[in-house]
Amino acid sequence: MSNAPKASERVARGPGARNMARFAKPKNTKGTFLRLIKYFKPYALILLLVTVCIIVAAEANVFGTAQLKPLVDDHITPMLENGATAERWAAFGRHILRMAIVYLVGVVCVFLNARLMLRVSTGILLDIRKEMFSKMQKLPIKYFDSRTHGEIMSRYTNDTDSMREMLSQSIPNLIDSLLRVTSVFVMMVVLSPALTVITVVMLVLMILVVKALAKKSGAFYKKRQAALGVANGYIEEMAEGQKVVKVFCREERINGNFAKLNDDLRRAEAGANTWASILMPIMGNLSYIQYAITALLGTLMVVAGLRGDYPALITLSVGSLVTFLQYTRNFSRPITMMSQQFNSILSALAGAERIFALIDEEPEEDEGTIRLVNARLEDDGSLTECEERTDVWAWKAPDGSLTRVRGHVVFDDVTFSYDGKKIVLDDISLYAKPGQKIAFVGSTGAGKTTITNLINRFYDVQEGVITYDGFNIRDIRKDDLRRSLAMVLQDTHLFTGTVMENIRYGRKDATDDEVIRAAKLANAHSFIMHLPQRYDTMIVDDGENLSQGQRQLIAIARAAVADPPVLILDEATSSIDTRTESLIEKGMDELMNGRTVFVIAHRLSTVRNSNAIMVLEHGKIIERGDHKELLNMKGRYYKLYTGAFELS
Amino acid sequence: MIKKLLPAVRGYEKQTIGASLMIILEGVLEILIPYLMTKLIREGIEVADPRMNVILTYGGLMILMAIFALLSGALCARLAAVAGTGFASNLRNMLFRKVQDFSFANVDKFSSASIVTRLTTDVTNIQNLFTILIRMTVRNFIIMITAFCFAVAVNARLSIVFAVAIPLLAGIMLFIMIKAHPYFEKMLAKLDLMNARVQENLIAIRVVKAFVKGDDENVSFEDSAVALRKAQLAAERIVIWNNPLSQLIFYGAIIAVCFFGGKLIVGGRMGVGDLTGFLAYIGQILSSVMMLSMVFVSFIITRASQKRIVEILDEQIDISDDGADPELQVTDGSVEFRDVDFSYSKNPENLTLENVSFSVRSGETIGIIGGTGSAKTTLVQLIPRLYEVLDGQVLVGGHDVREYKLHSLRDKVAMVLQTNLLFSGTIEDNLRWGNENATQEEIEAACRAAQAHDFIMSFPEGYKTDLGQGGVNVSGGQKQRLCIARALLKDPKVVILDDSTSACDTATDAAIRSALRTQLAGTTTFIIAQRIASVMDADRVMVMDDGKLVAFDTPQRLLETNEIYREVYDSQMRGGEEE
Repeated sequence: MSNAPKASERVARGPGARNMARFAKPKNTKGTFLRLIKYFKPYALILLLVTVCIIVAAEANVFGTAQLKPLVDDHITPMLENGATAERWAAFGRHILRMAIVYLVGVVCVFLNARLMLRVSTGILLDIRKEMFSKMQKLPIKYFDSRTHGEIMSRYTNDTDSMREMLSQSIPNLIDSLLRVTSVFVMMVVLSPALTVITVVMLVLMILVVKALAKKSGAFYKKRQAALGVANGYIEEMAEGQKVVKVFCREERINGNFAKLNDDLRRAEAGANTWASILMPIMGNLSYIQYAITALLGTLMVVAGLRGDYPALITLSVGSLVTFLQYTRNFSRPITMMSQQFNSILSALAGAERIFALIDEEPEEDEGTIRLVNARLEDDGSLTECEERTDVWAWKAPDGSLTRVRGHVVFDDVTFSYDGKKIVLDDISLYAKPGQKIAFVGSTGAGKTTITNLINRFYDVQEGVITYDGFNIRDIRKDDLRRSLAMVLQDTHLFTGTVMENIRYGRKDATDDEVIRAAKLANAHSFIMHLPQRYDTMIVDDGENLSQGQRQLIAIARAAVADPPVLILDEATSSIDTRTESLIEKGMDELMNGRTVFVIAHRLSTVRNSNAIMVLEHGKIIERGDHKELLNMKGRYYKLYTGAFELS
Repeated sequence: MIKKLLPAVRGYEKQTIGASLMIILEGVLEILIPYLMTKLIREGIEVADPRMNVILTYGGLMILMAIFALLSGALCARLAAVAGTGFASNLRNMLFRKVQDFSFANVDKFSSASIVTRLTTDVTNIQNLFTILIRMTVRNFIIMITAFCFAVAVNARLSIVFAVAIPLLAGIMLFIMIKAHPYFEKMLAKLDLMNARVQENLIAIRVVKAFVKGDDENVSFEDSAVALRKAQLAAERIVIWNNPLSQLIFYGAIIAVCFFGGKLIVGGRMGVGDLTGFLAYIGQILSSVMMLSMVFVSFIITRASQKRIVEILDEQIDISDDGADPELQVTDGSVEFRDVDFSYSKNPENLTLENVSFSVRSGETIGIIGGTGSAKTTLVQLIPRLYEVLDGQVLVGGHDVREYKLHSLRDKVAMVLQTNLLFSGTIEDNLRWGNENATQEEIEAACRAAQAHDFIMSFPEGYKTDLGQGGVNVSGGQKQRLCIARALLKDPKVVILDDSTSACDTATDAAIRSALRTQLAGTTTFIIAQRIASVMDADRVMVMDDGKLVAFDTPQRLLETNEIYREVYDSQMRGGEEE
């Protein structure tokens, strides 16, 4: 009997597009596969059960079908020829009952299999996702800077999704199909080796057809992807620039351009879709041709059997023929199915390979041993480590000695390059005494942000040394080093959560009062109180519901809550208008009071009151001094200040 | 909803119908093959004396039919692909053209991301539905009906099995899928949440690392990943009933046919061959029923996409120039507002601009200042009729803007928007947006006025420099200057600069303004600026506050009479005077 088509499969995979074969191939199929197998380990017992279920279900189907021949040959035909007795009816009934039980067992196994596999596949997905994410947290900034977000995101979306598909559908289906094909084949050989030869010939033909189609379809698919990329890119660009299009009355021309791209896409897609969807009808009907040939030859063999003077090898009973024909139908369906699964398994393995590549990335190295601890200042001036939060921090060396954290940062002949080729910072030396405010001014690419990237060890210096309270920052544990610095960055990023949670991001154990105090300091309190749910207002999509200026105020509050000895402000007030900036000036002064502060700013009014201002150009400090000194120099700073020079 | 999408079939009616006919042919042939098999057994073997010619005729016919089925199946695949992609292509064109007709108000309503989704993902969804409809619906419907007829013809009493099995199967399938659908929506929502979490961590990785929050982020990611798994389990647990239940019904039907069929055969009311045929019909009928339920389900699943597409097609365009005089041209740059009220929501209670009246002579340079939200941008956008006034009148060149064709009006009123957008292509391609037929001299003159010529020439490829999507290769200030040059190429009567030099240094800013003054002397210029220096040498300055025009006078007089102007002046000029 033909198998019922699998319903869940079709819906879960979605119609059409996603069914279309994808043509990504893994580089190391075997290695990736073996590694993937390891994730199944914790579920070994369940998998054993699943295997049993798959085998039983497949065999139940085959055996159930096999009962058809004896039903006709042993029960119905004898009753027709020799008359129906009650005894024979009972045997007939028992036979039917046997079939029913076999089928029922099969159905139960199908259900169990699906249910257990669901547990395994979602479990493995969860494990992989967790591993991937926690690994991602350990990767150096360089990893993120050298890749687009989309590229990393697709590990979580496309690659994980194709893996999900493979785990929950392709692999079980492949095993199932394989089992069915093998058992059906065995039954066919048993029934009639002669007719089986036809099946084998057709099978070879089918494989050749699939191969040829896959090749053809692959080429068209690539063309389609290219055309799709161009058309979608155009749609995106024009949707983005819709208002510009209107202002310049370009609608007609744009329509014309799009119509052309759209038509290119249509042609490429029609080709790709043709080859992708032609497989099913061809395979299906090849199996009908096989059915017809088998039927014709089989009938001849039955006739030969009736005449009785032919060798047994080429004769057949009517029952055997009927059963064999059912097997013929059962044989081709899993073959078609396997040919489809194969592609999706390959592309899933390619995805798995990319996921493993992320997991295998080198984590951020951290050879530091010095830790940051809370300390109490005793009356005699010595430090004692303590659990609770005090206003005093200390560096704790591995030998247990404590040094008070003051925020004395020194750059000693620091040279740095991101790629090993282009020097970004060239032999920079500077110092910031505890409590000083040091400002950096210069064009984009002059190296301002790089300096802050080095202080918190997002990147490591290649030449020279940065010391912090006398310690080489490489000797301080990274987490502790970063905990001693608070950063407010130009592109303020907030997280999904309430305003309160976002400010508390700076320090997990801050009380509501401390959060509100920090918000007041950053002058964020007043606008927060105007939000619909005040501090409980949800921030979504990176703070889309707030203005850039408001986001910066929250980021300042976040840094204020962290309350660290050193503060880094990278264009922290660039999006705040001059009026608001003058309002938060007092708060900022209070925030900076007693801390070492590094300031990067475009707007010179922000840096005017710094202890020292460094003017950077091409990785070098070209001028340094305080505001007055620099103006008197009548150099670059003077030009910037008087507006004769443009910072880009 | 479907009615609105149907016009997209235009041009592909033949392929659509052809594909359906081919698929019907294939379906009928596939049913006839097992039917012939039944006849073959009954008339060829089960007779006292097997007749060779009958066997060969039926056998040959079967093979022939299978070959025809293959051909028609393949042809259908081709036709359906052509029709489906043609349908999608038409749909995309319809949507794209409609979006091009949108006014600013319409554009504001849909975000650009949502327009992109509608034109890509949603169209693909509908395209798949369309292909499924032509390939599956007709075919399975025909197979179901024909197979059922044949089954009845073979043995009417045995067909009662289907009367039970068909509604049972369809009912169960639909019940499961419809019940599961909302759970899948929930699962997708959880998936989005989890992905959003990852995305946030990617964007803000510096913040995470700077605040040493890796462990906390791990915990919250794990929470969302576990929540996703739970949601997936909840959804899939319903769907996994599909296979076993449909198989149960399928097997049940086989058992019933074997049992009752056996009795009928023994009773002499049916042949052995009929049993084989009947069993084949079970497979065909029940799988068609499943397919039809699937089509129904995908119809439901894509309903959201259908809705989103129809939403665009149905959008009312609020600005039209149908009644305008096609001959009327803008002859001078005078601009007048008469008691203009404007509201983005078209609500008189919620006015963005209130009772604005002023008159500007041709050739004047007008500065506009005011705080964020004071409606400066709104005001100038009414001049090229990017939005429609709620009340009052806007006149350009002495005529109400509604009397001009949009093309004639906007050609002469050049506006540089705040969002400086350049498109992929070369610098020259972008500049030509202003004037397709501009000569190299005209292009260079415009660029010189916009202070862009020098930096363009500093690129190795000069005007042929490729900008890539979004114009990524130039700095903010350079981009702004290119946008100004692009607008100047229109040779307009009115130029509007909406905060268009904010990223340029003050010297460049001043140079642009002086070039405008000398080279486009007869052109009316509106300059919205944050920097007071940018409007200080204007002929007159408008001071906007909360949607009202509070003062409109020369800069010198405003300094004496207007408090807002003075305050801005003081806050910006103070720094310079201190030293």
